Amino acid sequence: MTDSATGVAASAHATQVHHGEISFWRTYIFSTDHKMIAKQYLFLGLFMALVGGFLAYVMRWQLAFPDTAVPGFGFVGPETYNVLVTMHGTTMVFFVAMPILLGAFGNFLIPLMIGARDMAFPRLNMLSFWTLAVGSLILLSSFFVPGGAASAGWTGYPPLSARPIYTGVTWGLNLWLLAHAIEFASFLMGGVNFLTTAITMRAPGMTFFRLPLVIWQQLTAAILFLLSVGPLIAATVMLLMDRIAGTSFFVPSGGGDPLLWQHLFWFFGHPEVYVVLLPAVGFVAEVLPVFSRKPLFGYRWIIYSTITAGILSFMVWAHHMFLSGLDPRLAMPFSLTTILISVPFAILVFAMIATLWGGSIQFATPMLYALGFVAMFIVGGLTGIFNGSAPANIQVHATYFVVGHFHYTLLSGIFFGGFAGIYFWFPKMFGRMMNERLGKIHFWLTLIFFNATFFPMHLVGLGGMMRRIANPLQYEFLQSLQPINVFITISAIGLALSQLVFLLNVGWSLVAGRKAERNPWQATTLEWATPSPPPHGNFDALPVVYRGPYEYSSPEASEDWLPQDRLLVARSG
Amino acid sequence: MLRWLPENVSTYGGDIDSIIGFIYYVTLAWFVVTIGALALFLILYRRREGRRAAYITGEKLSEAAWILIPALIVLLLDLWIDFRGADAWAKVKLRVPPADLRVQVTAKQFNWEIVYPGPDGQFGTPDDLQIDNELHVSVNKVVRIALRSKDVIHSFFLPNLRLKQDIIPGREIHAWFQATKPGVYEMPCSELCGFGHSGMLGHLTVHSAEEYQQWVREHWPSEEKTSTQSLAKGDNHR
Repeated sequence: MTDSATGVAASAHATQVHHGEISFWRTYIFSTDHKMIAKQYLFLGLFMALVGGFLAYVMRWQLAFPDTAVPGFGFVGPETYNVLVTMHGTTMVFFVAMPILLGAFGNFLIPLMIGARDMAFPRLNMLSFWTLAVGSLILLSSFFVPGGAASAGWTGYPPLSARPIYTGVTWGLNLWLLAHAIEFASFLMGGVNFLTTAITMRAPGMTFFRLPLVIWQQLTAAILFLLSVGPLIAATVMLLMDRIAGTSFFVPSGGGDPLLWQHLFWFFGHPEVYVVLLPAVGFVAEVLPVFSRKPLFGYRWIIYSTITAGILSFMVWAHHMFLSGLDPRLAMPFSLTTILISVPFAILVFAMIATLWGGSIQFATPMLYALGFVAMFIVGGLTGIFNGSAPANIQVHATYFVVGHFHYTLLSGIFFGGFAGIYFWFPKMFGRMMNERLGKIHFWLTLIFFNATFFPMHLVGLGGMMRRIANPLQYEFLQSLQPINVFITISAIGLALSQLVFLLNVGWSLVAGRKAERNPWQATTLEWATPSPPPHGNFDALPVVYRGPYEYSSPEASEDWLPQDRLLVARSG
Repeated sequence: MLRWLPENVSTYGGDIDSIIGFIYYVTLAWFVVTIGALALFLILYRRREGRRAAYITGEKLSEAAWILIPALIVLLLDLWIDFRGADAWAKVKLRVPPADLRVQVTAKQFNWEIVYPGPDGQFGTPDDLQIDNELHVSVNKVVRIALRSKDVIHSFFLPNLRLKQDIIPGREIHAWFQATKPGVYEMPCSELCGFGHSGMLGHLTVHSAEEYQQWVREHWPSEEKTSTQSLAKGDNHR
């Protein structure tokens, strides 16, 4: 067993771990322990998800039953609707997806999986979280300032966003920009920490090509973010100057160019999509081998594909701007790079499916979510081809087709990838098993309502329904699509209510869940060599790594898993 | 899937629809193959007592070929889609036919200001005619539109003609279409442009050739009228 391998030297190294009593504040609030910080990110992200989800609910109600009072909210005027659209997008991308997928899981997994006692810079880590908390607070406070919150779309296209007269929003949009800048600062610090930790603090024997894939994905995401966010920070500052200092970076009457913002925004925006997506791909890559008891198919090919996709993501931004008035000849090179980027993702998906071939598949809850991710991501990838083809884009651009598409790619990352991660690592994080029955009910409800919500969006999108309109009944050509809008709304409410099963499961499992042993899934990576939950300092003794992360059903061992840190003295038999 | 598209009434709409249809069948085939493989593997390789999973790493090229060759097929299909698409794109955006009719559309929060050149065929002259939110054209004529914005970004959308073009303030962007069927079609804004975005809507009326002549006679200023008005009307639309 793993326990015996690491347990030998436990007492000898116990002195390295400072187990002294730490005050409540140092333990739960201003903690420097990467695992506590991970939980803080997780709970902050889940809280913000409730906010973003509520905004989505109000929006969907208005679309299905325009100009009726929304239960629990009231009437939605057109100004309010634009606020809902904007703040839902901003909240979900920057304050839910990033905190949960990168903040929580990056922090929790990187030290545990590379065999380190904590992050390289624990205090910087604490600062990253609290910076994000301040950013979240500023974002939330913008709802309450005079003039209301930002309403220029999550993409904040100027000149609409650049002059208060166009929206009537004054401080709300300034605070929105400020919240972005602070969020970027937080994740820049976090990214530096991730990279430094994973590069310098790997356990003996943990070479780069023995790193679990989720670490590769987190590192690639951190690098993409570091390289892409600079232009957007500059753009954010310029936009803020346009708003409060009367400059005209993006306002044509003063000599500025609105398209400059779009270039800067999407130069960041496309890598950002992968910043959010790649960690989720990583979770799935960890879960699939464990529950099919097989090595991940093509580990190195997946790494090369990830890096290729990361590089290409800097060369595709103008595919968001085919119809922006850009020289139409530019559509061809950008269409080509866009299409090339589907190749590394195709390799990734095929590798995931090939992992199942010849396996011994157990349908535990984390596995169901991982499989759900693969299926949903296939749909999202395929619908992306409509958007990426410049002529097809003419009809589907800025319609619900796009909304459906990016919810299949991004939200499948959070819902299916994220839940795969939560159900899989919950025992390690909190020391208790989650309830399998509730987990499976949660999965099937989520799968059904997710598809019932987002698939029909493609249909109304083909029908021409524009995104960001507050009332489809104002248009004659959308009248016949209204029953589908009602169907989508009912499904979305179902999707939201299904998450109560998850909350119930978390609550119940934290209190009454079965205590988790070190390695409940019989997995091979290093985090399972620690107690559940791991103590301050993580490892009894720092592990030594002898092999890659996915040695399942290896002929070298009699059990069907061979942990990374187990020393095989001689081959048996 | 394609029946969800609004009825097409433009000359290039068919090219766009056929690309959408082509992509639909390619992606549908991939969906069936990949989801089918996924489902098949889940059934075939579900856990059974006493059976051990195969130890396959997929690192060797001979094994990796199982994922690399399908990825190569994806690439080839992608290039095919792009190649076919390039032609449709060029037809819409690059190979613009000579104009029969010209109009200027200036977007502002939250209207389309539509300016016809008047009898002299020139913009910026006193006989220009401005009608908000109503675009009248003749069937089978090539209509060229100069798009401008007075304030924020708008997007000129004609769902039935497969025409969508963002309008960036500070620039003049050109679009064109040739309608194939008389009727009245909606002309919404498809880029968030402020609180009145939802409901920012004009109408395109495609007249038959005779009806169009009649509409011109009834609405456009006649030659004589223009000369008397020319001094009074100081406003010009460039």
